[in-house]
Formats: sequence, C-alpha cells, structure tokens
Amino acid sequence: MTPPLLEVRGLTKRFPVGGRSLLGKPRGWLEAVRDVSFDLERGRSLGLVGESGCGKSTTARTIIGLHRATAGSVRLDGEELTGLTRRGWLPYRRRVQMVFQDPYASLDPRQTVASILAEPLAIHGLAKPRDRKLRALALLEAVGLNPRHVNRYPHEFSGGQRQRIGVARALALEPDLLICDEPVSALDVSIQAQILNLLKELQERFGLAYLFIAHDLAVVRHLCDEVCVMYLGRVVERASRDDLFRDPRHPYSRALLSAVPLADPEAEAERRRIVLEGDVPSPTNPPTGCAFHPRCPDRERVPGDLCRAECPSLRARADGRVHACHLEAPAGAAAARIQA
Amino acid sequence: MSPVLDVRDLSVRFDTRDGTVRAVDGVSFALEEGETLGLVGESGSGKSVTNLALLGLVPSPPGVVERGEVLFDGRDLLALPPRELRKLRGDRVSMIFQDPMTSLNPLLTVGRQLTEVLEVHRGMSRRDARKKAAAGLADVGIPAPEARLDAYPHELSGGMRQRVMIAMALLCDPKVLIADEPTTALDVTIQAQILELLQDLQAKHGTAIVMITHDLGVVAGMADRVNVMYAGRVVETAPTRDLFRAPAHPYTRALLASIPRLSSSPDEDLAAIPGAPPDLADLPPGCAFGPRCERVRDACRTAVPALAALRASLRSNADRRAACIDADALHEAGTAAHAAPDGHREDRR
Ligand SMILES: Nc1ncnc2c1ncn2[C@@H]1O[C@H](COP(=O)(O)OP(=O)(O)OP(=O)(O)O)[C@@H](O)[C@H]1O
Ligand SMILES: Nc1ncnc2c1ncn2[C@@H]1O[C@H](COP(=O)(O)OP(=O)(O)O)[C@@H](O)[C@H]1O
Ligand code: SF4
Ligand code: SF4
Ligand SMILES: [Mg+2]
Ligand SMILES: [Mg+2]
Repeated sequence: MTPPLLEVRGLTKRFPVGGRSLLGKPRGWLEAVRDVSFDLERGRSLGLVGESGCGKSTTARTIIGLHRATAGSVRLDGEELTGLTRRGWLPYRRRVQMVFQDPYASLDPRQTVASILAEPLAIHGLAKPRDRKLRALALLEAVGLNPRHVNRYPHEFSGGQRQRIGVARALALEPDLLICDEPVSALDVSIQAQILNLLKELQERFGLAYLFIAHDLAVVRHLCDEVCVMYLGRVVERASRDDLFRDPRHPYSRALLSAVPLADPEAEAERRRIVLEGDVPSPTNPPTGCAFHPRCPDRERVPGDLCRAECPSLRARADGRVHACHLEAPAGAAAARIQA
Repeated sequence: MSPVLDVRDLSVRFDTRDGTVRAVDGVSFALEEGETLGLVGESGSGKSVTNLALLGLVPSPPGVVERGEVLFDGRDLLALPPRELRKLRGDRVSMIFQDPMTSLNPLLTVGRQLTEVLEVHRGMSRRDARKKAAAGLADVGIPAPEARLDAYPHELSGGMRQRVMIAMALLCDPKVLIADEPTTALDVTIQAQILELLQDLQAKHGTAIVMITHDLGVVAGMADRVNVMYAGRVVETAPTRDLFRAPAHPYTRALLASIPRLSSSPDEDLAAIPGAPPDLADLPPGCAFGPRCERVRDACRTAVPALAALRASLRSNADRRAACIDADALHEAGTAAHAAPDGHREDRR
C-alpha cells in the first residue's frame, strides 16, 4: 500500500513556560498539542477547527518544522520529518509550503513581486535566472493577477491581491501540500470569496493537498473534505465534511456548530443553540480527565466520575464515526443537527 | 411613537495627507425603544466613525463632523456643550467596543471602575455603588461577583472582560446602547453567550441597540432592521427578514451571495464580488459600487443615487429603501422568484 501524502501520528508539542529555575529546568509546561493523528491524501483537504488557542497553528507549525515536535511522527510520502535538521528539511521544504493569515506581514515590503516570486526558485537552485522571470509571470497569471504588475511592490496592491501574491509565492516551488493558516480571515468579506474560489481552482489544477485552518466553519465546510475538531490541544472528533456538518457527534463539536450565527433570520429564529457555560480553560492548567468536562452539557449522562477522572481516547465507533467521548453515540446529535 | 434616537444627514470627513476621506456621507436612521438596528458593511465602510460621531467622539483633527443632527430626548447631541455630552455618555447613551481594554482602565480594579460610574452619574455612596456594581456583574452572568470586584481587568478572560464592559455600559440603565463589533474578537461559543446576554438584557430593560458588525450571521440573529453601508453611505435599509429574503441593492445581493454558508452547496463556486472596496479619498463619480457592479451603466456614473423608498414599500408599511437606480426592478424580480413554488431562494441556497 502506498503511504498517504501526509501521515501525522501522536504529534505532541509542549512549550516551556514561566521561565527557568536556577538549575535551568523550566518552571512549567504548556501542552499546546497533544497526541494528534490524521492522514491527508494527495489532492484532498483537511480542515482544523476549534477555538483560539486550541493548538491549530502549533500543529501546522510543528508539521512544517517551525517547532520541534516533543513526540510523535510526521511523514511525507512515508519519510519521517520530525527530528530533521534545517538542512535535512531542505528537500522537503519544496513540497510543503505555507500561506499565512496576514498578507501584509508575510511579504517583504522592499522586494518587487518579481523578486518575491523568484527568490524561492533561486534558493532551491531551480530554473535559470532568465527563466525565473517567466515563471513569475506564469504564477501571477495562475493566481489571477495582472502579469504587467510584476515589478510593483507589495504596498501597491490591495489586501486581497497581496494574499494572491502570498499564494503565488507558495506555489512557486510546485508543492504537493499547502498549509493555509487562516488565509482569508484578515480580508474584507467581499474579497474572501475571491481567494476561496482561487484556492479551489488551484487545487484542481495542480492536484494540491491542503491542510486548512480557519475559525469560520462555513469556510472550512466549503473547502475541506475532512475535518478535525480540536479542543485544548487534542482532536476530539475527526469526520468527513458531510458527517460533521450534518450530524456532529462529540458534545463540543455540537456546541461549536450550533454557536455559529447563520446568515438567515428565519433559521436563526428557529434554531436551538447550545450555549456553553464558562470559558475555555487555560492550557497551562487543563482540567483533569476529559478537558471539556467543566463545560460539557452531556457530562451528567456518563455514570460516576468518569469524565473527570479519565481522558477518553479518540477512537472509531461501531458506525465508523471517530470521536473522543465516553459516550458511545452522544444522544441529541440529531436535535443539534444544522438544518440543511 | 417617536424614536429614541434620530440621526439625520450625518457627515464626517477626515482631512489626511492622502486627501479628504469621506468616512460618513449623509447617513440617516431612527431607532425605536427596544429595537435593534444592525449596521453592516466591510471594514472601512464608515460603521465605527458613524458610532463615534453619535457620541461626539470623532478625533479632531483630522476628523470634522460636517453636517447632521443626532436627536436624543429632543436634544441635538452634536450641538451640546462637551460637558453635557460627557454627562450623557455612559449614562443615557452607552457604548461597548470590540476590544474591552479600550474602555477598561488596566490600573483600576473592576469594582472601582464600576462604582466610579455610579458615583459620577448617580451620586451614589461608595457602599451603595459597590452593592449595585456586584448586582450588575451578576446580571451579566459573572460567577462570584463580589469577589470579582477586586480583580484587575488582565486577570479576566476575554469573554469575562466583555461581560464586565457590558455590565459597565448598562449600570445606569441606558436607553440606547451602541455596540461596535462587540463579539468580533471572541470565540464562537463565547460569542453565543454574549449575544444571548444582550438579548436578555434588552428584553428586560427595553434598551435600544445599535449593533455594528461585519458578520451577516450576527445581524440575522440580533437585528430587527439592518442598514447596509458601503463607502460611507447607507445603500440599503430594510427589516431584517425582508433584507435577507429579497435584497434590493446590488451590493447587498452580491454580499449575501458571496459568503459561504453552513447550508450552501460546498461544491459550487462562491459568487465572488470582483474588484476591491473603493478608496474613500478617491471615490468614483456617481455610484461608489459602480466599478464592481454587474449592472453598471452610464446613468450610474452621473450622480450618486439617493436612498429612496422602494415602490413596493410604498404599498405596504415596511420601510424599505435602497440607493440604486435599479433597486425596484431587482427587488420585484427577487420577490417574484421567492414567491414562485420552486423559485430559486437566494437567501438560503
Ligand atoms: N512559542 C510558544 N511558547 C509558549 N506557548 C505557546 C507558543 N506558541 C503557542 N503557544 C500556546 O499554545 C497554545 C496553542 O496555540 P496555537 O497558536 O496553536 O492556537 P491556535 O489554535 O492556532 O489559536 P488561534 O485560533 O488563536 O490562532 C496556546 O495556549 C498558545 O498560547
Ligand atoms: N482617525 C482617523 N483618521 C483618518 N481617517 C480615519 C480615522 N478614523 C477612521 N478613518 C477612516 O474613515 C473610514 C471609515 O472608517 P471606520 O468607520 O472605522 O470603518 P468601519 O466600517 O470598518 O468601522 C476609513 O476610510 C478610515 O480609514
Ligand atoms: S467524555 Fe464526558 S465530559 Fe467529555 S465530552 Fe464526553 S460526556 Fe462530555
Ligand atoms: S446605481 Fe448602478 S452601479 Fe450603482 S448599484 Fe445600482 S446599478 Fe449598480
Ligand atoms: Mg492560530
Ligand atoms: Mg470598525
């Protein structure tokens, strides 16, 4: 069997916090990502969703080697990436690229678009200097920008256009996998659709795989085949797009989906929203057992003290659904369904 | 019934190095008691400046309130001396912002900030004020309110700070609450808590709310009426359901069609709006949406279309207006499609 393009197993990332003691030991640890596993096939899209601080960006940054994994493995076409040195990473860097949230911050203001797009080619020794310019023009064309603007600087473009440049730069090396961390959240509402359509078109054209992070669930639903819902560093549910949005199983997934405001006044008036109590707990001091238990509306249905005592593992159930809850099939799932 | 807040022809410009920015240009609206008015538009469309102008808070220079009246309790707020206006702010007319830290003082305990409001506006004793402040925190769902009075803002989570700010804004039982993106910085589950809280408090006190947001979902759930802003002007106003069911302005229509939804087909392309929002220092002649509008023609470029009542709304009682020379035709076509049994439902599919 050929391995998946990206295979993540038990990925864990801990950060030292609170400074160091006299002996140089960290005073505490923050577990930003804990035991995250998933596969991503060529040409497919996987979404990571969850609330601020749940570990989406840390997962992405650990996968591309910006953070060193504390434990677990990341394989690209079966080859292990964790533990690689900077140089060891180089051959893979071409194949895994990242698009960032903030198109303003991620482009060098002193470089022209031509040199922004040629730089990755130069670093990897691809294409002769003369051909790099031609390649830059083709990339601009691919992302819907006017090739005549190739000698302009980033500030001469609008926010949406700058994000297109960010996408073009990521595409320069013809990657297999694009990691997009909130690629549209900094953009005006009327511009977001342009970029989402572009990402979809490019995926079809170049067979790209996307690891896609967004807090807007409707955006994720639009772009992803499969979704991982994260809470406090862990994946609490993994499901196909249709399963998740039609019938979320984990109590947190259900609350999350039901909290999304719908741009439809009639549906808004009818819907029953699960309003969670309390705040997202701090990852420096996570609750015992199931991290969701202090807010979980279904906790009473689990006998005894199980939710507080033991962390449920993420596993497949009889019907094939994958979630991490002590309840087999949390009931009320049908009631919480989003009207299709 | 006369409105609690009546804004007429409000216009604000900023004199900047890049030229004159027409941030708010001839904005009018009225707000009834207990009503929620949604103000939607993209970033830079003038929502926040409108809000600041209502409260006499436009930074000057570079800002200049060129024209307009803001009638509250029979008085024009824009003509009030600064001292009178300050007395009103935080008392009869209150506001909450996207970032609670802009209205909370990081150096004072929550309790001190709340009691100060009551001492200044209500002349309460420190002790009574403390009691009322604790009750205010309890009202917005803060557990152990007595203990929280001694906390500093940075010791609270984002959702909690937002609650404290709301409690502070509501302490004096205002008639009008202006909420500028009150939940934009919050997570959706916390947003749901805050929106529910605002609705409960409104039902209890009959507060009128101006809800400023770029999130069409938030307006759909909260607002009775919606003003859509584009490039500093209101381009469409309608009761919320009517607006979503049969939008009349091409910008509103395009905006509603462009957002991905939990109920739309994920396999279809989104109907993206071409181009980008205009530069307010360099607006195109005539209709500002012209360069992005698929229906644009010569007539659109000669004059800025006025926000005029829809023909259909003259027959019914619904106050619907739009600023487009094609609004009637679009609205009527939209309504017909909507009424047809297997018609294409623009607002849902
Ligand atoms: N370099 C770091 N050192 C210490 N803690 C960190 C570091 N980077 C991230 N964290 C912590 O790890 C947790 C996960 O952060 P992460 O940025 O992955 O969240 P996220 O899901 O991307 O959130 P958002 O939606 O806000 O972007 C947070 O508690 C964060 O404060
Ligand atoms: N202090 C200021 N100086 C100059 N221009 C400003 C200032 N505040 C706002 N503007 C401009 O006014 C316009 C409307 O801004 P704003 O009301 O904040 O938009 P939004 O609809 O996003 O709330 C924008 O073009 C903005 O750049
Ligand atoms: S394990 Fe218990 S607390 Fe956790 S989600 Fe399931 S029911 Fe809720
Ligand atoms: S006035 Fe003309 S350009 Fe403006 S929205 Fe109407 S049709 Fe489009
Ligand atoms: Mg992040
Ligand atoms: Mg604003």
